Amino acid sequence: MSAPAISFHNLTLGYDRHPAVHHITGEVAQGALLAVVGSNGAGKSTLLKAIVGELKPLSGRLDLHGNGKRDIAYLPQVVDIDRGFPISVFDCVAMGLWHETGASGGLDPSCDVRVAEALEAVSLTGLASRPVGALSGGQFQRVLFARLLLQDAKIILLDEPFRAVDARTIADLIRLIGQWQSEGRTVIAVLHDIELVRRYFPETLLLARDVLAWGETPSVLTPVNLDRSRRFDEAFDDHAAVCHHDEARETA
Amino acid sequence: MIHAVLDPFVEFAFMRRALVGCLAISMTAPPIGVFLMLRRMSLMGDAMGHAILPGAAIGYLLAGLSLFAMSLGGFAAGLAVALAAGLVARSRVIREDASLAGFYLISLSLGVFLVSVHGTNVDLLHVLFGSVLALNDAALLLVASIATVSLVTLAVIYRPLVLECFDPYYLRSVSNWSSPTHLIFLVLVVLNLVAGFQALGTLMAVGIMLLPAVGARFWADNAGGMIAVAIAAALLSSFAGLLISYHYNVPTGPTVILACGAFYLFSMLAGRRGGALWGLMPAKHLEA
Repeated sequence: MSAPAISFHNLTLGYDRHPAVHHITGEVAQGALLAVVGSNGAGKSTLLKAIVGELKPLSGRLDLHGNGKRDIAYLPQVVDIDRGFPISVFDCVAMGLWHETGASGGLDPSCDVRVAEALEAVSLTGLASRPVGALSGGQFQRVLFARLLLQDAKIILLDEPFRAVDARTIADLIRLIGQWQSEGRTVIAVLHDIELVRRYFPETLLLARDVLAWGETPSVLTPVNLDRSRRFDEAFDDHAAVCHHDEARETA
Repeated sequence: MIHAVLDPFVEFAFMRRALVGCLAISMTAPPIGVFLMLRRMSLMGDAMGHAILPGAAIGYLLAGLSLFAMSLGGFAAGLAVALAAGLVARSRVIREDASLAGFYLISLSLGVFLVSVHGTNVDLLHVLFGSVLALNDAALLLVASIATVSLVTLAVIYRPLVLECFDPYYLRSVSNWSSPTHLIFLVLVVLNLVAGFQALGTLMAVGIMLLPAVGARFWADNAGGMIAVAIAAALLSSFAGLLISYHYNVPTGPTVILACGAFYLFSMLAGRRGGALWGLMPAKHLEA
């Protein structure tokens, strides 16, 4: 197994003291293609938010092994994007070059070529000059993938990337993800489609607030594990007792 | 015809000053308005106009009809409200519109309270409605300086500002520009309102900021184009407003803003991007 890209050390994440991800320990190897699976409220998105630094851990530690903002690209589940904004598809995708252009750097001709290549990779070549408001939901998701492509990040986090996307687009996007992996990038994707995970993702993390299973996909997605996952109770208890897991472990 | 257009400015220094002041404001306020609109904060301009008023009034009460005191007071009050609202909204418990409403109402009532306690004065109408025909050198200099500073600043933060409006999540994930950009933009809004109230009054200043901007949306499909259209419309409206007010002897500030309003209504009807008249004559659809 190659060097880790991300390590969780007994990490607990949550909101207002209520844990959403409970005592997770483990490593994501560089170049891994990891699917995160679990019921609603199981902590999948929370885990990704913690990796991008949007959420501070309640306890425990997250080690990114020197990877900073520059190295992580993140496609959130709920994109807070103003689709009515007057901006062209080309300009939107070109924002993926932020790390090179910064706030005021110009786009030289080689950048134009790369933006065009990214658009071609997601089969949107003909739509470059259209406003993003004119795109369908699936086309817009492709635009976001093209932008991710240009970010050229070592770690790519996808939170339910195939929402509202048709089968052909899923196939295209899966191909892109496979390409990322072959380039040695680490990809973590939150997914609901178990069949998709079985087919394309070698490694799976099954979450239900606690880690139910983590490892090679066939050994994780067993009927028993999936049944446990389905019975996960997402409601948190307002009167839950304080968790003493850490102390117990230390004295044990 | 040529005489009617040029003579007022050739003959009268106050008309030339008014024109210079209005042109300066027309260069700087509309781009700010475009971004306010794109951020869906159009009504914030109005709220900020109210937030500035008490500060200017306090400056007036302390130092009389002094340009410096009133501008400083207005700027301080506006900035305090904008920054407080912005910072509270960053905490993400309540949204910006709610926190802004809270703070500007406090500011407004505090201002009215202070003015009432110290006795009112008719000259305060000057603050409310401005006096574009009585701009002195100091006022012109202030307006021009603010225009310069805010245009240069806007050029520097242009890309992060576009991203902050379009996809703030993404901006936050790739850089640390998000909060600074937002706060700098709020400062620019306040500065431009302060510049505007010298000439047009606090309430009218919001008009020249927003009316050309919302009208421009009917003509352009990108932020840069909208800014160009908005500035052109504001320049034209200022010029037309001054001339009309001169020839028909009507109040200047409101006439300028009404000219902006006419541009907005015209855009709504005839604008190439979704104007109502084009909807009445649907062209045949294309093949793909």
